[in-house]
Amino acid sequence: MTRFLALVPLLLAVVIGGFFLWGLNPERDPNEIPSVLISQAAPDFSLEPIPGVAVPGFAREDLLNNDKPVVVNVFASWCVPCRAEHSVLTNLVEREGIRLFGINYKDKAEDAARWLAELGNPYERIGADTNGRTGIEWGISGVPETFIVGGDGTVLYRYVGPVVGDVAIAKFRAALTQAGVLGTGAS
Amino acid sequence: MTPEVGHFALALALALALVQSTVPIMGAAHGNLLWMRSARLLSIGQVIFASVAFGALMQAFIVSDFTVRNVAENSHSLKPLLYKIAGTWGSHEGSLLLWVLILTVFGAGVSLFGRNIPEATKARVLSVQAWISVGFFSFLLLTSNPFDRLFPPPADGNDLNPLLQDVGLALHPPLLYFGYVGFSIVFSFAVAALLEGRIDVVWARWVRPWTLAAWVSLTAGIALGSWWAYYELGWGGWWFWDPVENVSFMPWLLGTALLHSAIVTEKRDAFKSWTILLAILTFSLSLLGTFIVRSGLLTSVHAFSVDPERGLYILMLLALSIGGSLLLYAWRAPSMEAGGLFKPISREAGLLMNNLFLAAATGIVLFGTLYPLFLEAVTGEKISVGPPFFNSSFVPMMLPLVFVLGLGPFLSWKRADLAGVFSRLKFVGLLCVIATLIFAYLTNGGPVLAYVSLLLAFWLAFTTCREWMLRIRLFDVSFSDALRRARNLPRAAHGMSLAHLGVAFLMFGIIGSSAWKSEEVVFVKPGSSIAIAGFDVSFQGVNRVRGPNYIADRGILVVERDGQYVTTLYPERRSYPVARSSTTESAIRSTLAGDLYASIAEPAAEQEGTTGAWTLRILYEPLVNFIWIGSLMLVLGGCLSLTDRRLRVGAPKQAKLPPNVAAAE
Repeated sequence: MTRFLALVPLLLAVVIGGFFLWGLNPERDPNEIPSVLISQAAPDFSLEPIPGVAVPGFAREDLLNNDKPVVVNVFASWCVPCRAEHSVLTNLVEREGIRLFGINYKDKAEDAARWLAELGNPYERIGADTNGRTGIEWGISGVPETFIVGGDGTVLYRYVGPVVGDVAIAKFRAALTQAGVLGTGAS
Repeated sequence: MTPEVGHFALALALALALVQSTVPIMGAAHGNLLWMRSARLLSIGQVIFASVAFGALMQAFIVSDFTVRNVAENSHSLKPLLYKIAGTWGSHEGSLLLWVLILTVFGAGVSLFGRNIPEATKARVLSVQAWISVGFFSFLLLTSNPFDRLFPPPADGNDLNPLLQDVGLALHPPLLYFGYVGFSIVFSFAVAALLEGRIDVVWARWVRPWTLAAWVSLTAGIALGSWWAYYELGWGGWWFWDPVENVSFMPWLLGTALLHSAIVTEKRDAFKSWTILLAILTFSLSLLGTFIVRSGLLTSVHAFSVDPERGLYILMLLALSIGGSLLLYAWRAPSMEAGGLFKPISREAGLLMNNLFLAAATGIVLFGTLYPLFLEAVTGEKISVGPPFFNSSFVPMMLPLVFVLGLGPFLSWKRADLAGVFSRLKFVGLLCVIATLIFAYLTNGGPVLAYVSLLLAFWLAFTTCREWMLRIRLFDVSFSDALRRARNLPRAAHGMSLAHLGVAFLMFGIIGSSAWKSEEVVFVKPGSSIAIAGFDVSFQGVNRVRGPNYIADRGILVVERDGQYVTTLYPERRSYPVARSSTTESAIRSTLAGDLYASIAEPAAEQEGTTGAWTLRILYEPLVNFIWIGSLMLVLGGCLSLTDRRLRVGAPKQAKLPPNVAAAE
């Protein structure tokens, strides 16, 4: 009996050690929170245009039957990083010809209109998500967030936070290339 | 050049450790005195070379030598000097170097101060200690060389995380490591005893000062870390049951058990194999902590950069040291003869209860910490285990422990008279109830558990004081007589009373700040005002101020109570342009009764009508300072006990230990 009891600590240590060995698997990232939307159809929504802005509203139908994947950006005039991100997105639209749609998250119409008038409007369509309902449908954790949506309306990629700075831009461009929006070797 | 010297010193230290891991223990086996004695020089050599390596790294940090990768990644030329120095142990490599330095310090400590330990035992202990050294020196050299060069060198460093630019960081890890690694020598003593197949009263006496020293440092390290999180990180709490906190807490719990079980082994020659097991497990949990923090196994707010290769190496070290020692234990422990017998009601039984509760509490913390990993491995589901689990399972373990803790010192060895003890404590019990009722009247409502805990905290405080008074016979004999008795009382006895009283103080702080804490999170604009815990706080606005390497928004909060001006608080939100990150500097008005604590965050404008408003968080934490006072008492109690005559190195043996007054009654 004593002999067996003296073995118990060793046995427990071996079991715990086994779990550790499993946990060290390099593929495993304990900090990663998987996004449920990836490879799923984009959520259903239909947003009115922002009063005083020249582009039309934005709904799920606009994401269907596109011949190339498009980019959906969630932004707001009160969001400071969005201001920095704006020039990056404008660049992508003007130089690379990507198609950009906007969801204006919890914003006041006049603030959003002034913001777009000041910085320019790279968006093809903008939906006014005044109550934040559509943001919830998309599962955003903050503003800005940017999605790449396939021609059939499937969410391909999600970027959390502003696409600002070399690292972030390179990462986002890589995702665009992989989705087939940008040609390889395009600068 | 200096980095290469450091690198070379590390390699030399490893070479010495290799010799020390074999020669002295072979000497002990063959009775070769010269071989056994070689451990002395070898262990001192190790500490010298480890210090040279550590000094070389520190020099690289001080002069901002960005050709060293570790410096480039973790320092910046604009950083204040103190934080450059502290940066030495801020990274994975540097902190590991500190880790092995402390390991060698403890080894050299035994060879320098352990004059009363027989040569053969000392040789075995030091060889076992060198096995651990070999493991960690090779880990450093093979996977985490702190002296790696970088070419071309960057123009400037990457800054240290501004969160870590704090005096707390300069002291917290070294103290914590002294505790963690200090248990290594106790582990070595245990393994040496198992190899030798003999453990007796003197063994327990050799081990005691090292256990105490490690325990004191660990206590101070944990308390300082908690204090740091509370005051500097602006988290608004002092304990979060985060995995990294838990892994430092587990060795503390088990080390506390070890401290008490070793007393039984020393005084009564009992609990031998249990004490050995605790010694092994305490250090195993320290190693586990080192592993978890550095392997990225669990999600935590504070962890080093993650590298699976390193994780695998430490896991291998863990398997060898923990697996090997437990195997040795399984083989040798059953043959150890049991010592002194005792009745179910006795000092021994009290200490056994203490050990069982502490061990069970450690098990709970271990399970809660690793459960997310277990679950993910078995079902793939990802969860995190938070405070609700720990509070509801850990607290019930602690409350009976506190009851026994108050009672234990009144019990005599071998056989105690429980009815007699209780009848002597009638008055004390009554006092506890009265004190709790007064407190209940003052607080005017609160959770039942808080009042139960409070009753027990009073019980512990009063019984501890009563026991100390009985020992020196305060009020029984003349005051000068009592003073003389207090002087003659072994310092370990004073230390025990102080530490136990510290636990009671700690409890007051924990109970007060968890049960009666108030918190408000509000959007404020200049001119708005909030009422909390009897205070009226009005927000005057925000100033922009400039620090040495940051820019801060400083909020101005005027605090009043019943219309009387109390104080002005200046919480800050600092942003560090180089590190591109920001920190919260909370403002605190601290009194013994409680802390009023404020922090602010960027203007929030997510909702309508809050444009331009700041997020203000205000907390009132009653009695929270008792936590730090209690921790300080624990540390001082441990230090007092460490200076006890019978542990003092080189002190001539006393003819007879002073009689244990309480036990003799």
